Amino acid sequence: MDESALFLIELGTVVLALGVMARLAGRLGISPIPLYLIAGLALGEGGLIPVITSEDFIEFGAELGVIFLLLMLGLEYSARELVQGVRSVAAAGVADFVLNFTPGFATGLILDLGVVPSVFFGGVTYVSSTGIVAKLLGDLGWSGNRETPVVLSILVFEDLAMALLLPVLGVLALGSTLASAALTVGLAVAVIVVIISLVARSGDRIGSLVFHHSDEVSLLSLFGLTLLVGGLAEGVNISAAVGAFLVGIGVSGDSVGRARSLLTPLRDLFAAVFFVFFGLQTDPGDIPDVALAAIAVAIVTGLSKVAVGWWAARRVGIGHQGRLRTGALLVARGEFSIVIAGLAASMAVGQELAALSATYVLIMAVSGPIAAKLADARRPHVVLS
Amino acid sequence: MPRIEESALPGVGIRYEFNTEDGRRIGVVHHRTGRRELFMCEPDDTDAAVVNMSLSEEESHALSEALGGSTVVANLANLQQQVEGLAIDWLMIDERSPYANRTIGDARIRTRSGVSVVAVLRGAQAFPAPGPDFAIQAGDTLVVVGTPEGIEQTQEILRTG
Repeated sequence: MDESALFLIELGTVVLALGVMARLAGRLGISPIPLYLIAGLALGEGGLIPVITSEDFIEFGAELGVIFLLLMLGLEYSARELVQGVRSVAAAGVADFVLNFTPGFATGLILDLGVVPSVFFGGVTYVSSTGIVAKLLGDLGWSGNRETPVVLSILVFEDLAMALLLPVLGVLALGSTLASAALTVGLAVAVIVVIISLVARSGDRIGSLVFHHSDEVSLLSLFGLTLLVGGLAEGVNISAAVGAFLVGIGVSGDSVGRARSLLTPLRDLFAAVFFVFFGLQTDPGDIPDVALAAIAVAIVTGLSKVAVGWWAARRVGIGHQGRLRTGALLVARGEFSIVIAGLAASMAVGQELAALSATYVLIMAVSGPIAAKLADARRPHVVLS
Repeated sequence: MPRIEESALPGVGIRYEFNTEDGRRIGVVHHRTGRRELFMCEPDDTDAAVVNMSLSEEESHALSEALGGSTVVANLANLQQQVEGLAIDWLMIDERSPYANRTIGDARIRTRSGVSVVAVLRGAQAFPAPGPDFAIQAGDTLVVVGTPEGIEQTQEILRTG
């Protein structure tokens, strides 16, 4: 068979498998992320069907997936919400980082992965899944609960912390010297702070530049701008994902709704490709070696999220049940943990780290929603929708 | 009237809520998609909502009509007679206004003239207490309260920017 036919057949198989997984996730009422990972593990290296011809294409699609994930994350927030959110939970946000980064970092050191990969795994265990939490809030009808602003503000804090962390990790992955790493990180922080404060003041400049009454014009302009800014950011080692995040922050006001409806289908497609690519690269044969460590760190970081949520909710005078709900909601890890682990793929211990991260996210993406539902054990709740 | 508390739900929208006389908490989440979510809590646990109901934008207008939301204007007319030095006016937004299709926050009316926009009338509908994110359209009427000078200034702002 010629190459292009093989390419289409491979790609079609992978995307169709993702379709089946998404359908299954809908049926089970869970996040599709763990199922995409499983599909990738099953198909790729060491799996059932090797994906060779289309691997380059899928890798490129995965890169776009990260860009879309971060662009849509940026669209979720306006610059003002970011500033307010971070201020309102600063102490809890820092506690969250310390309590959830440290177990991952320590696990990396114990497994002898080396300092830099351990920093990556600390990042993996730190960030909660904004996507899973947002879906849980809607499904469980918790938007009206007293603790919800606390939960969402902690997520805002984490997302912003991640935007600062990604360039740091990117530089570390390149193995640069300490001085050049410090320079890049300083530059990244400066750029992020300047852009967010500019956007907070100037309103919807990007929106009025990019948007047009034709959807076609708007989509092409926004996508082009995102790639351009992402490329420039990558060029100065700030990471394309952070560039895309900043473009998303820059679009605000009335344009957000349009941007979201234009981009959601693309995000869904390429993010799924990204998760499956991560699974493809991970050898399922490595999982048994790291499974025990993944389970142990999952228990620790599950409890530490509950502790952070409990404490943050108590500070604003929320009752016991509400504190428990706050903590349980934050347990889920998902898309951004994989984004962080994906950055480490090029490193020497990348394989082991990928297997560890995939196992960890599989556990947390499934157990997070279960924890949230358990925390809600009380009188029947009527959701009319 | 009970005091309505407003809180931001980053990434979700804005929540308005208040406590009723019998100790329940009741409120509405304005999702950014335009959907509204009505919720209420029992008096023994006001942290957690026990009933949630989702409403489309049109349905929530219908509900506020049914609840008598548009009596705001009638109440204001009474207020005008009671308080001296306080003026109330109905300002029409025409198509040439620089703030047609922009938000109330963009016009910075309160900062520039000390005048508050207490409601927006659109056709037969009234939107009481619009937030800074409320988008004004051509043809809307703003119900404003302030000093007579402030209201003149506001008229000028809405006409020329």
